[in-house]
Amino acid sequence: MSGTEAAGLTSFLPAILVGVFALLVLMLDLFSPRDQRANVGVITLIGVALALWATLRLWGTQGELFGGMILIDSASLFFQGILLVVAFMTILLSIQYVVQEELELGEYYALILFATLGAMLMGAGGDLLILFLGLEILSLAQYILAGMRHGMLKSSESAMKYFLLGAFATGFLLYGISLIYGATGTTDLRRIAAAVAERGLAGHPLLTLGMGLLLVGFGFKIASVPFHMWTPDVYEGAPTSVTAFMSTGVKAAGFAALARVLLMALGSLQGEWAPILWWIAVLTMTVGNIAAIAQQNMKRMLAYSSIAHAGYLLIALVAGQQAGFASLLYYLLAYAFMNLGAFAVVVALERRHDRYLQLADYAGVGFRYPILGLSMALFMFSLSGLPPTAGFMAKFYVFSAAVEQGYIGLAIIGVLNSLISIYYYLRPIVLMYMEEPKAEMPSLSLAPFIFAALVLAILGTLHLGLFPAHMLGLAQDAAQGLLGG
Amino acid sequence: MAGTFPFLSAMIFLPALGAMLGFLIASDELVKRMALVTSLLTFLASLIPFFAFDPSLAAAQFVESYAWVPLLGIRYEIGIDGISLLLIVLTTFLVPLSILASWESITTRRREFMISMLFLETGMIGVFAAVDLFLFYVFWEATLIPMYFLIGVWGGPQRIYAAIKFILYTMAGSLLMLVAILALYFLYRQATGEATFNLFQLARLELSSSAQWWLFWAFFLAFAIKVPLFPFHTWLPDAHVEAPTAGSVILAGVLLKMGAYGFLRFCLPLFPHASLRAAEVIALLAVIGIIYGAAMALVQADIKRLVAYSSVSHLGFVVLGIFAFNQTALDGAVLQMVNHGLSTGALFLLVGMLYDRRHSRMIADFGGLTQVMPRFAAIFMLVTLASIGLPGLNGFVGEFLVLLGAFQAMPVFASVAALGIILAAVYMLWMYQRTMFGELTHAANKSLADVTARELAVLVPVILVIVWIGVYPRPFLARIDAATKGIVERVMTEAPGQKAMRGVERLWRPTAAPVE
Repeated sequence: MSGTEAAGLTSFLPAILVGVFALLVLMLDLFSPRDQRANVGVITLIGVALALWATLRLWGTQGELFGGMILIDSASLFFQGILLVVAFMTILLSIQYVVQEELELGEYYALILFATLGAMLMGAGGDLLILFLGLEILSLAQYILAGMRHGMLKSSESAMKYFLLGAFATGFLLYGISLIYGATGTTDLRRIAAAVAERGLAGHPLLTLGMGLLLVGFGFKIASVPFHMWTPDVYEGAPTSVTAFMSTGVKAAGFAALARVLLMALGSLQGEWAPILWWIAVLTMTVGNIAAIAQQNMKRMLAYSSIAHAGYLLIALVAGQQAGFASLLYYLLAYAFMNLGAFAVVVALERRHDRYLQLADYAGVGFRYPILGLSMALFMFSLSGLPPTAGFMAKFYVFSAAVEQGYIGLAIIGVLNSLISIYYYLRPIVLMYMEEPKAEMPSLSLAPFIFAALVLAILGTLHLGLFPAHMLGLAQDAAQGLLGG
Repeated sequence: MAGTFPFLSAMIFLPALGAMLGFLIASDELVKRMALVTSLLTFLASLIPFFAFDPSLAAAQFVESYAWVPLLGIRYEIGIDGISLLLIVLTTFLVPLSILASWESITTRRREFMISMLFLETGMIGVFAAVDLFLFYVFWEATLIPMYFLIGVWGGPQRIYAAIKFILYTMAGSLLMLVAILALYFLYRQATGEATFNLFQLARLELSSSAQWWLFWAFFLAFAIKVPLFPFHTWLPDAHVEAPTAGSVILAGVLLKMGAYGFLRFCLPLFPHASLRAAEVIALLAVIGIIYGAAMALVQADIKRLVAYSSVSHLGFVVLGIFAFNQTALDGAVLQMVNHGLSTGALFLLVGMLYDRRHSRMIADFGGLTQVMPRFAAIFMLVTLASIGLPGLNGFVGEFLVLLGAFQAMPVFASVAALGIILAAVYMLWMYQRTMFGELTHAANKSLADVTARELAVLVPVILVIVWIGVYPRPFLARIDAATKGIVERVMTEAPGQKAMRGVERLWRPTAAPVE
């Protein structure tokens, strides 16, 4: 058995690489002169790229590590792929931004890497405790990152809110885990499923309560209604690059863990959790979309938009089964590209002390800076789900999973929500192209790294929209690996 | 020869290629010329299928089919029958004219304007050519974005409001259609085990009558908003008035036809049973639209708004013809779609020319223009007469066929609809009289120039086709005959003796459980 374990460790290479680079970056920061610290970002980038490469090499591997604590399957590799793409693009966004905002360079990158590591554990955990461990690594890093802008009240408020509510949610989660352990005698996801099946635990009060508490805990992480209150304030106060990571990476990790728990461990209880999630999905979409209409600040608008997208993602979970899970994966990837793209534009225009973050600041940008304008328009159309973009394909896939499982009502509520969302996603476009520019506009400094992030996001958004076949196939494989095998 | 070279795809993507080229060319002036050349080439390319088309076949021709997303059974599958053919040629005919009409009137952001026009053309041709429902939906939605920019960037003072209203109304319908497409897809997969979005395969599915009923209305809403059928028409006057001339021409000429085309291509063949059941209600809405549109046109002070409301009325005839379910009416409806595109397109072009000179579209600001612009007035007269259906011009043939066919199916509705023709004569001629005849009361009008050579180049082709269809509609009717015959057969054989089942009261009859 030890032989398989040793061979297995290479299958954990992506996470190991991320961890090693996180430590390396910390050390480098300590020993490198102040003016050369920008290189730290590039090294971080290399680390993430290596991990991504390793993930792609591992595609198709099936197995487990550490006695089932870590599962290596197509699903976990797919999640890792999404998370590493998110990390890669976040770092591209950050390199210029951290200089502008004077964030501590070394720690910043190390924390991003630690957060990514935690998120990757959440995507690969086969045990509730690993999921919890991953969540904590991720969250602790995020708490610090949110408050990194020294002397800015908003940033401190953001970190404080995130920490307090996050700690509270963690409590729920841990309590839920202990109740499930009490009911089934294990924290291993597959053994929980087996215990539920063998001992007929469906409907057991401890299990039901534990499940409910888990939903609350994860509901906080993915920013679903009614556990979403922190989102706008935290997103607004945190450094924009960190917000970009939170809205895509943290969300992906939360959904990865939630999907694993619900579909692997509690799959037989779908009759119990699906109706609850049905309502949470409807509320999340509707509240997110309606609140987004009223926003005047770009980051707050994107915060509410991310709440709404959590709602669409929940539709995929409600639908469950292979199609639902595959559509969840596809949606997370598409969302990563289009949302990070939107944040790339925001970062490119933002200036010190939260300037040029209001929607009104975007007036006339479209014709003044054609590249920024066009790409923002593309991302907005994609977020609202217009073809031929990634956002359309992803929504189509999610809704098709819902219709397939007979949730036609949910699909209709979903499309009506998309309709609402079009209104506020069009507003930046209206401002950029149809309003006259204000007297004062930020000078454009499209640093090569941000430009690279934009190009990546555009390519991803268009590729997933126009040629979805390949990636859909991979998502389907991953779903089959998780649920079919 | 049809099977060898992908004519349709070339036609669809030629404008898109031009649009992308537009991003790279340095000078705006050059982009403008490139756009004109691209759209002319597309028009020429569309003549090949027009003449190579075999009118005896009802089935799709020039079919191209490639796997796109094999996992879901989505294919890039295109093909045209006579109806698609005419509408595609109408599209490729109107786009270069619109570009030429914008030659001098669009002064800002010309590059982006031309790029939007070309992308729009790709979307429109794609809509009429798609055989795969998913592909159709993609093209359908893809037309929204360029049109949204055309209205919102180059439109009038209320352009932002109009642009958002346009996109929200259209999306409201089409998103529900998306759910219906998915439901249809899964019903078919359940029944046959095969995943496909192919229209002809899906049409073979035996649907329960309640499933047909719900799916029909979901599709119907999307198309009814686009047509627009009363009472879903309120976005149209705003969009038309605010849009630049080229936008109005394309909107009236082609985009509205996409709705009527949707009825013909999807609602009727996919849900024949439900179509029959709903026919009277829809015909009623169409007739209300005819009268209401005409009455509204009568009281407008703005010429462009008047023409917009006249569109509501004209499209009512089209919908009435479609839901009469006989070949005469259907032929008339399809021809009327083309006619309306030509005559209303020409009207918008003329109004645009007036606006370019005088910066006003108010009827009260004109009067006596025959004295200063005799050639313009003559052309305006001809187009006005075409629009009200004078025999010998195109409008007559279409409206006559629609009424003839509709009278056999629903005599009361047809009689009321005929009133719409009289009203049309009233509002159009009255408008003409007030703007063109009489004394030159406004000093500003005394110095107006007559049509320029460029404007003649825009107008003359339209007038030639208007006369051609009026005098000799045979080549056009011959090409749609087989397709309309197929649709009538499909509807009528599917539901024999359905007449007894029809009736407004059936609408309210409780239906069985919703789609599973």
